[in-house]
Amino acid sequence: MREVSAAEITQAVKGLFIDANIDLGEDVLTAFRKALETEESPTGKEVLNELIENARIAKEEGVAICQDTGLAVVFVELGQDVHVTGGDLIEAINQGVRQGYQDGYLRKSACHCFTRKNTGDNTPAIVHLEIVPGSTIKLIAAPKGGGSENMSRVMMLTPSVGLTGIKEFIVQRVKESGANPCPPVIVGVGIGGTFEQAALIAKKALLRPIGSTNPDAEAAAIEEDLLKRINNLGIGPQGYGGRTTALAVHVNMIPCHIASLPVAVNIQCHAHRHKEAVI
Amino acid sequence: MAHEKKISTPLIDEALKNLHIGDKLLITGVIYTGRDAAHKRLIELIDQGKELPFDIKGQIIYFVGPAPAKPGRPIGSAGPTTSYRMDAYSPKLIERGLKGMIGKGMRSQEVKDAMVKYKAVYLGATGGAGALIAKSIKKAEIIAYEDLGPEAIRRLEVEAFPAVVINDIYGKDLYAEGVKQYAQG
Repeated sequence: MREVSAAEITQAVKGLFIDANIDLGEDVLTAFRKALETEESPTGKEVLNELIENARIAKEEGVAICQDTGLAVVFVELGQDVHVTGGDLIEAINQGVRQGYQDGYLRKSACHCFTRKNTGDNTPAIVHLEIVPGSTIKLIAAPKGGGSENMSRVMMLTPSVGLTGIKEFIVQRVKESGANPCPPVIVGVGIGGTFEQAALIAKKALLRPIGSTNPDAEAAAIEEDLLKRINNLGIGPQGYGGRTTALAVHVNMIPCHIASLPVAVNIQCHAHRHKEAVI
Repeated sequence: MAHEKKISTPLIDEALKNLHIGDKLLITGVIYTGRDAAHKRLIELIDQGKELPFDIKGQIIYFVGPAPAKPGRPIGSAGPTTSYRMDAYSPKLIERGLKGMIGKGMRSQEVKDAMVKYKAVYLGATGGAGALIAKSIKKAEIIAYEDLGPEAIRRLEVEAFPAVVINDIYGKDLYAEGVKQYAQG
């Protein structure tokens, strides 16, 4: 049994949230540059250039890419041969979030649902824990902003609508979201499972690098078709009109109940922030 | 963007006549911040017949909850939040003389109608470009509702703050027009 201290986990989580919020991934920047080549709208191009410039300033000056530094979503892949010592795992993660949001000058956005009173330290973190083989811990920090999350949906479709109905629902969701989720967006799609599983695999789909090919050929074909249809909507960067409404569509698919066809669309803004570490 | 226009606050009706959808603006002067929670309180004050914490006549409200400022800086990252959450409140403020709103995302028909009726504009700032936008904010001071943290009302002094006209006083909507121009299939 390998021992990993809770303090080490706290330190890693803290660093990951600061890093994620300041340093935009190279895959996103590459997607911006690629979009500049195909974008026809002058305003759209100008927005894309602003986003590249914004990322540069954020990294250089160590300030948040976006003021909405999100709720602190953490994916944990815990090796079954790891023993966490000196504290409780979830509290260690929360402590990392607390320290990261304080020391990184990140906005605390967690609040009580009705009184809207801020919890003050951006906790509780949203932790998705998975036990995996091995003796390491993989931590993925994925701060999620409210604007794009608000445009996300889970829908229990009727199986008879089939793939056509699934695609229609997804394209319609992006269309209705319009300018709200800060396009160009990344569209995470979860098809199958149960109500909650569809949403979770949609969110996990967002973590795949932009520009990578889905290993599942069936899902890859769906992604390609959806991306084309979404970019034909004309919404464009910031919704001002243009060709670049989405940078990518990522689909995860798993079997579902014989009576069901769950589909989740998790929309991610262009400030697509996630960093990972292995302890 | 057809034009780049420099405007200063407070806004007067005459200046609004020259603003059209798609115009790129550089705003200089004082603007005020406010999000959901602050708007709710402002409307409660209006409903109770009380004074607002600042005179909104001719002013611009920027829908933003900034990130904390690093030492030596006026403000942290400060891009716009999604505007529809303010739709329930904006018409009442426009009726009382608010002339501009800065945010991102679509507004309701009620807000658009109020902008035409009382002459006000809705401007877009680039969502997710908070580090870039913060460069144009020279000073920030909380003037009300400090207990709301990021949602407190701040008085900002801005220089060449970049924005795009989304809804003008003529009832036009950049979002609708832009999509029309580029939609295919």
